[in-house]
Amino acid sequence: MRRGQRAAGAPVRQFTNCRILRGGTLLREDLWVRGGRILDPEKLFFEERRMADEQRDCGGCILAPGFIDVQMNGGFGVDFSKATKDVGSGIALVAQRILAHGVTSFCPTLVTSPPEIYHKVLPQIPVKSGGPHGAGVLGVHLEGPFISREKRGAHPEAYLRSFEDNAFHDVLATYGALDNVRIVTLAPELNRSHEVIQALTAQGICVSLGHSVADLGTAEVAVQNGATFITHLFNAMLPFHHRDPGIVGLLTSDQLPPGHCIFYGMIADGIHTNPAALRIAHRAHPQGLVLVTDAVPALGLGNGRHTLGQQEVEVNGLIACIAGTKTLCGSIAPMDVCIRHFLQATGCSVESALEAASLHPAQLLGLEKTKGSLDFGADADFVVLDDTLHVQATYISGELVWKAEEAGP
Amino acid sequence: MRLVILDNYDLASEWAAKYICNCIVKFKPGQDRYFSLGLPTGSTPLGCYKKLIEYYKSGNLSFKYVKTFNMDEYVGLPRNHPESYHSYMWNNFFKHVDIDPNNAHILDGNAEDLQAECDAFEQKIKEAGGIDLFVGGIGPDGHIAFNEPGSSLVSRTRLKTLAMDTILANAKYFDGDLSKVPTMALTVGVGTVMDAREVMILITGAHKAFALYKAIEEGINHMWTVSAFQQHPRTIFVCDEDATLELKVKTVKYFKASCFLIMIELMHVQVHNV
Repeated sequence: MRRGQRAAGAPVRQFTNCRILRGGTLLREDLWVRGGRILDPEKLFFEERRMADEQRDCGGCILAPGFIDVQMNGGFGVDFSKATKDVGSGIALVAQRILAHGVTSFCPTLVTSPPEIYHKVLPQIPVKSGGPHGAGVLGVHLEGPFISREKRGAHPEAYLRSFEDNAFHDVLATYGALDNVRIVTLAPELNRSHEVIQALTAQGICVSLGHSVADLGTAEVAVQNGATFITHLFNAMLPFHHRDPGIVGLLTSDQLPPGHCIFYGMIADGIHTNPAALRIAHRAHPQGLVLVTDAVPALGLGNGRHTLGQQEVEVNGLIACIAGTKTLCGSIAPMDVCIRHFLQATGCSVESALEAASLHPAQLLGLEKTKGSLDFGADADFVVLDDTLHVQATYISGELVWKAEEAGP
Repeated sequence: MRLVILDNYDLASEWAAKYICNCIVKFKPGQDRYFSLGLPTGSTPLGCYKKLIEYYKSGNLSFKYVKTFNMDEYVGLPRNHPESYHSYMWNNFFKHVDIDPNNAHILDGNAEDLQAECDAFEQKIKEAGGIDLFVGGIGPDGHIAFNEPGSSLVSRTRLKTLAMDTILANAKYFDGDLSKVPTMALTVGVGTVMDAREVMILITGAHKAFALYKAIEEGINHMWTVSAFQQHPRTIFVCDEDATLELKVKTVKYFKASCFLIMIELMHVQVHNV
C-alpha cells in the first residue's frame, strides 16, 4: 500500500517546538520524518551522521497520530451505500473534506443493502493510500445485512438477511468479492454465525457485533470465534441488565481469549450517547474504546434543510433530524468534535482522548505498526492540534495536506 | 589550580557553562578553526548541559564549529540502550544544539577491535589539533573518566574493567540489578586528559567531598587519579559548598578570595544576555 521512498537520500524534515504523543504521553520532543515515515533521529545522528534538511516550527502545538474513523456512512451530501454512476468521486470528496477534521484514514461504511448494491459498489472502493488528495481508505465496513430485525435501527427491513442456509457462502453471494472489505458488523445470535465469524476472521476481516439482541453468552462465544469489535456500543443492542449484561458485558467479561482486547466503537457527539454512559464504558474498559463518527451524508452540510436521496433533513449544529420532526437521523459530528466532547465528558487525559481516535482503531485493524502512532518507522500521518484540540494542520506521509486558515489581519 | 566554589549545584552548573561558553566565543571558531571540547557524562554535568543548551537557544552560542570528544562509553551495551553514553549525550545535549554529527566523537563500545577503536580515538584527537578544554567529573573514588584507582597517571585511551564501587554506583541506572550493569568500558586515559590545553573538573555534592579532598589537599596518587591534575598548568575545579565539606577551612577561604581574579578575567569576555 505504501509507495513512499525510503531512500537514504530523501530529505529529512524536523518538526520542532511541539509536544508529540508517544508511548501514551505527550513528550516535549521533535518529530523527525523522512520518506513518508517517522524517523529515529538518534540513529540518523550516530549512524548516518546527518542533520535535518528542513526544520518546521510547530508553534508549541500538539502533534498526534492522524485520526482513524472506522465507521462513516457518508458525508458532504455523499452516501456510500448508493450505487451512483461514480462511486469513486464520492469517496474522494469525503476523503478530502475529512482532512480538516484530522482524519487521515477511514473505512467507508455501507449500511444494509441488496446484493446488487454490494456487487456494484464494493469493487469501486479499493484500499488506497492517503495523500494530498485525501485520507487513506483502509477498506470498507459492511454494517449489515446480517443483523437483527428487532435492532435494525434505520436499516431497511426488506434487505435484512440471514446466513443459516449456507453460512459463509451466503455471505459471499451477498457481498460478492471481499477484497476491499475490512470490517463486517453482524448479529451473533443468527444461526451459524460462528462459522461465518471464523471464515471472515480467517480472511483477515475484522468481525464486529452490532444491531443485535444477543445475550452475553452468545456474544462471548462470538468473541471466542474471532469477533474483535462492537459496533456503536449501547446503540442497537439490548440495554445493560445486571443479570444479563448483553453485548455491553463484553467490556468486563472474563470469558474472552487471554491477551485479547475487545474494542468497541462509541459515538461521542453528545447526542447519541449520554455522557454518563460514555463514562461508564470508558471507566470499565478504557483500552478498548474507539471513537467513531458514524457520520451520515448530512455531515458538513451546514445548518438548514438539505435533500439527501429520498429524505429531507434539517441540520442544526450537531443535530440532524428528519425535516419537520425531532427524530434523529444520524450523527454529523466530525471526528475532532467527538474527541473534544469525549475529553470533556469523561475528564480523561488528552493522551487517552487522542489514542481513542488513533491508536485504538489502528490496533483494532492490526495496523498499529504503521498507523495510529508516532513510533519510529510508522507512517508519518499526523495532526497538528492546539491546546483545545482544534485541528491546525494535517499531514499524510510527512506532507502537509490541510491547513487551517490563518485568522485575518 | 583554581578552585571556584559556588553556593549550590545550580550556580555551579551555570558558572561552568558560562566558562565553557566564553572559551568558545573568545576562541572565535570558524570553518578552518574548530574548538575541541572534551565532555563528561553522569548526573553532575546535567545542569551545565542544560545551561549550554539555553545559551545556544538564545543565540549566544553555536556548536557549529565545535568538535567534541566524550570521555568514555560502556563496552557491550547496545548504542541505543537508554543507559549508554551515546543515548545520554543525544538526549541531554546533541539533539538540542547545532553540532555537526561528524564532529561528535564518542568511543564505540561495540567495536570489533576495542584497542584499535581506542587508538583511533587518540588519533582523532591528534588530528583535531588536541583538546582545547576538557570538561570532566570525579567519581566518589576519585577517578576521572573510568580511570579507576590504580590506573596509570600517564595512561592513554584503553579498555578498563570497572571497579566494584563504580558498578554499585551505576546499579541504580539498571533497575538495581547488578547483573545488568556493564563491567567494562572504553575510557580516555589520565594522560589523554592531561594533554588538553585546559581542564575543568565539575564536582558537586557531599558524596564527592572526600574525593575532592584527596584530589587537591593530598599528594598525587594513582589511587585518586584526579590528583594527577595538580601537575597540569591550567586546571579549574568548579564545585558547590557541599563538595568542600572535607576541605580545610584555610583552603576554602583562600580560594574564595582568589575567585575575584577569575571573575575579573571573565568580565573581559562578556556574552550578551547570558
